[in-house]
Amino acid sequence: MIDRAPNYLLYLNVLVIATCGLIYELLAGTLASYLLGDSVTQFSLVIGVYLSALGVGSWLSRYVDKRVARTFIEIEIALALLGGLSAPILFVAFAQITWFRIALFGSVFAIGILVGLELPLLMRILREHLDFRELVARVLTFDYIGALLASVLFPILLVPRLGLVRTSLLFGMLNAIVGIWGTYLLRPLLSERGLGALRGRGFLVVGLLAVAFIKADTLTSWTEEVILQNPIVYSKQTAFQRIVVTQSGGHFQLHLNGHLQFNSKDEYRYHEALVHPPMTMVDDAADVLVLGGGDGLAVREILRYPSVKSVTLVDLDPAITSLASDFGPLAELNQQALSDPRVTVINRDAFVWIGEQTQKYDVAIVDFPDPGSYSVGKLYTTRFFQLLKSRLHDSALVSVQCTSPLVAPQSFWCILKTMQETGLDVRPYHASVPTFGVWGFALASVQPMETDRDGGFLLRNELPAGLRFLDANTTMAMFDMPADLTPVDAEPNRLNDQVLVRYYEQEWGAM
Amino acid sequence: MGSDVSAAHGLSRRELLALLAGVPVAGLVGCGSGGTFDFEGELLGPDLSFGHRLRDGWRPAEPTVAAERQRVVIVGGGIAGLSAAWQLRRLGIQDYVVLELDRRPGGTSLSGEGAGFQFPWGAHYVPLPMKENASLVELLQQMNVIVGQGDDGEPIAAEQFLCRDPEERVYHDGAWTGGLYPQRGASEADLGELERFRDQLHSIAARRDESGRRWFAIPMATGSDSPEVRALDQISMAEWMAEQGYASARLNWLVDYACRDDYGLTIGQTSAWAGLFYFASRLRGDGSESQPVLTWPEGNGRIVQFLAAACEDRLRLSHGVTEVRDQGDAGVRVRAFDTQSSQTRDFIADDVIFASPQFLAPHLITNWRRSGRTLQSFRYGGWVVANLWIKDRPAEEHGGMCWDNVIYDSRALGYVTSTHQTGLDHGASVLTWYKPLLDDDPRVSRTELMRLSWRDWATVIVSDLQRAHPEIAALIRRLDVMRWGHAMIQPRVGFVWGGEREAAAQSLGRIHFAGTDLSGVALMEEAFDRGIQAAEKCVS
Repeated sequence: MIDRAPNYLLYLNVLVIATCGLIYELLAGTLASYLLGDSVTQFSLVIGVYLSALGVGSWLSRYVDKRVARTFIEIEIALALLGGLSAPILFVAFAQITWFRIALFGSVFAIGILVGLELPLLMRILREHLDFRELVARVLTFDYIGALLASVLFPILLVPRLGLVRTSLLFGMLNAIVGIWGTYLLRPLLSERGLGALRGRGFLVVGLLAVAFIKADTLTSWTEEVILQNPIVYSKQTAFQRIVVTQSGGHFQLHLNGHLQFNSKDEYRYHEALVHPPMTMVDDAADVLVLGGGDGLAVREILRYPSVKSVTLVDLDPAITSLASDFGPLAELNQQALSDPRVTVINRDAFVWIGEQTQKYDVAIVDFPDPGSYSVGKLYTTRFFQLLKSRLHDSALVSVQCTSPLVAPQSFWCILKTMQETGLDVRPYHASVPTFGVWGFALASVQPMETDRDGGFLLRNELPAGLRFLDANTTMAMFDMPADLTPVDAEPNRLNDQVLVRYYEQEWGAM
Repeated sequence: MGSDVSAAHGLSRRELLALLAGVPVAGLVGCGSGGTFDFEGELLGPDLSFGHRLRDGWRPAEPTVAAERQRVVIVGGGIAGLSAAWQLRRLGIQDYVVLELDRRPGGTSLSGEGAGFQFPWGAHYVPLPMKENASLVELLQQMNVIVGQGDDGEPIAAEQFLCRDPEERVYHDGAWTGGLYPQRGASEADLGELERFRDQLHSIAARRDESGRRWFAIPMATGSDSPEVRALDQISMAEWMAEQGYASARLNWLVDYACRDDYGLTIGQTSAWAGLFYFASRLRGDGSESQPVLTWPEGNGRIVQFLAAACEDRLRLSHGVTEVRDQGDAGVRVRAFDTQSSQTRDFIADDVIFASPQFLAPHLITNWRRSGRTLQSFRYGGWVVANLWIKDRPAEEHGGMCWDNVIYDSRALGYVTSTHQTGLDHGASVLTWYKPLLDDDPRVSRTELMRLSWRDWATVIVSDLQRAHPEIAALIRRLDVMRWGHAMIQPRVGFVWGGEREAAAQSLGRIHFAGTDLSGVALMEEAFDRGIQAAEKCVS
């Protein structure tokens, strides 16, 4: 008989059910905030929908007439499947962003209904074996303890250790185990017919979720590392890369293939440092070339100079340059730079494009992604800088973003060495960008560079108005390399032997 | 369609295709009545009708115009003939002609272009020559490919012509790995053998014979012909590997791949001399790495274009030579048939450079048989080269296409990405797929080669590539297939130092021979050297 089962087993059952229920709710709320942004709205909506679904479930329990115990077990197994797969399914659904909200709130509502059915049914099962007053007191106590347990475990242990997907799958398995366990615990209340099939379904669900648990890595490889830090506001997979824009603290961040490109909070430090040293060194720069930098932020800095007549921006991915002019927050940040009549946007591989050109430029700004692959690494080779040099007037200057000299010193000095190999006069400099840390650049000229009396950077022309980071002193100070950024040995990077890609992998891979 | 070959093999057409593709019959795509492709293409090949007519006894009409007087007539406009022309001009000889049957020069270094792409139809790279190969260094300097020399006198190539990183990768055990040797999953014993093999090659590369010649040098004529070196030609590369105690399957695969890639032969068919030549001739023997590789989007077509431009006014295309007759004091008469105008023309020359494969010599040179020469051991392998126009690259998780992309479980050689050297790393491209026909009897290969339809080849090629790129069929826009019946001389066991080859390289009076088959291995450098040497003989 059921009342022979120890009481604590029944209460443990309630505890697990309650924990699972709240975990599903927390998962949905967290996912909604991560993926849709605006966590206050998302959490409010998820809690509201979920609680109302609980009510619907409780109300529906009155229609369960016969075979209450079997229905309870069926619900456990269904909940295990639905709740357990909720996070993985929502991650996948996010790629189809148009119906993501429907999938999200649909699953929250369905889970809520099932959870709402659980306790009323369980109380009816136990009603005949316990005094009603005792029953209500104990079941609700354990229900609330379960809720506490879930809300404490979720942020402290589950999300950091298991991640969202595995947490979801783990609690799905727990739910299914409660169902299977119920087939033994409630055995006297169940008919023999179909009992094996019921258990079989339970084990099938546990097995399915266990396989998914083991394979979860492949699903979350790109999502978790990027998303879990901040909510996503835009994402697109192009032929060239995965573009993701996230949002936090009133600022937004652009990621390409999971690598942070800028944070709107402090990008001005990076872009002012990249653009103004070469621009102020050239008198009345008229024709400026920007390679990479499709976000338009370097162009924004260039357009501060009234002498500029043309800016040619060459960026591989049309999706990035479209984002820069059509995505509101970014267009605002770059001050609609790409819509300026002086700007021409060319969506080509800069390596191929530059080999076909004949025009010469006064300033070139090189703002490619870090050399993490051979297809980007070719843009940091002696061949590439040779081609670039042939596109520059004798009086021209170039600046190049060169990754972090602190994290990846060999990569940084390899780029400088590579540029020097082509006969350019090259100077290292650095700036602090809080989001990135210490960042490195190279300034290079075709003719030997003019310096001040001590051989330091000479601010030849005045900086434009409106800068937030650079003034004359800061600009000159960027060229003083501190003791921890002194040169290290590196080979130049050549097309047929891209040492830079290997240095970069070693140095950033070790992070 | 019951054909003799499949009947001889007892194979159905479907099984024959599967055999060629090296995939299970069930793995063949588009095969059978219902299979269709969403792309089209052509079956290409050199014009065989002229040669076959000649073989079967056809002779052109007597010329209606007087014979043209030339100092030298070069028969054949492949690398050997064009190199001979280049050298003649350096020697101050201006009055020569190059007669080439095809509408385009280049022979098996042919290339194609279209829609902004250039791609090879045959040979597609040259290792950077060492300083000792002075003529080739000179040619590459003229082409602005070699731009200087290091402190050690070794040539320095312009960066954009050296094969770009990432050079090669192999698809093995369900994933691509960098380099040709499948490192992933290799055991300690495998890696130990690989290292021992490398060390042994370096020491072989350093060996000199009693006369101070390297055992293996490029051109091969400058290497050793000492008895110990010649003895290597008496065993197969597989036997040599076994003798040296190399048992690793991966290492044997690598060497087999090298033999198939360079010679169109398996490790068991290739002479150990040729197998070792492939590796050791590219090493300086001082422990430094193998000579880097020079390549162009159109492959060695770049060299052809340069050489052809240098003798443009002397190049007679669509001119099939039908007879070369030494007339004693009256000079050597070369009769050619202009296939465009259907005119016969005679040329009288002081010297003739026969820069065509040896198997044509008995058919074209009058009284050749009286020379007492034989060509029993000259075998030429058939190759299939396909160019696949793809709309986009297959999606890949890590990295992407290399220059050379090899599939471990395939008897084909994989593909070369024509856009690799240009820096175009995304979007449409042309991939060049290579497959030598490895039958023991090359005549069987040639029959198969000519019998199969475009659809058959498309099936073979797509099935082969699907192992590594399951979605490739949907990405193909066009697929053209080139069939080379006599693509390459085959350095089978006993051929290189068997005597016939050395005899064939000797001049017959004022007829001098050029062609890579005279070196026993099909290499651009050998064809070039044979052309240079033949030109020198015209002035001595």
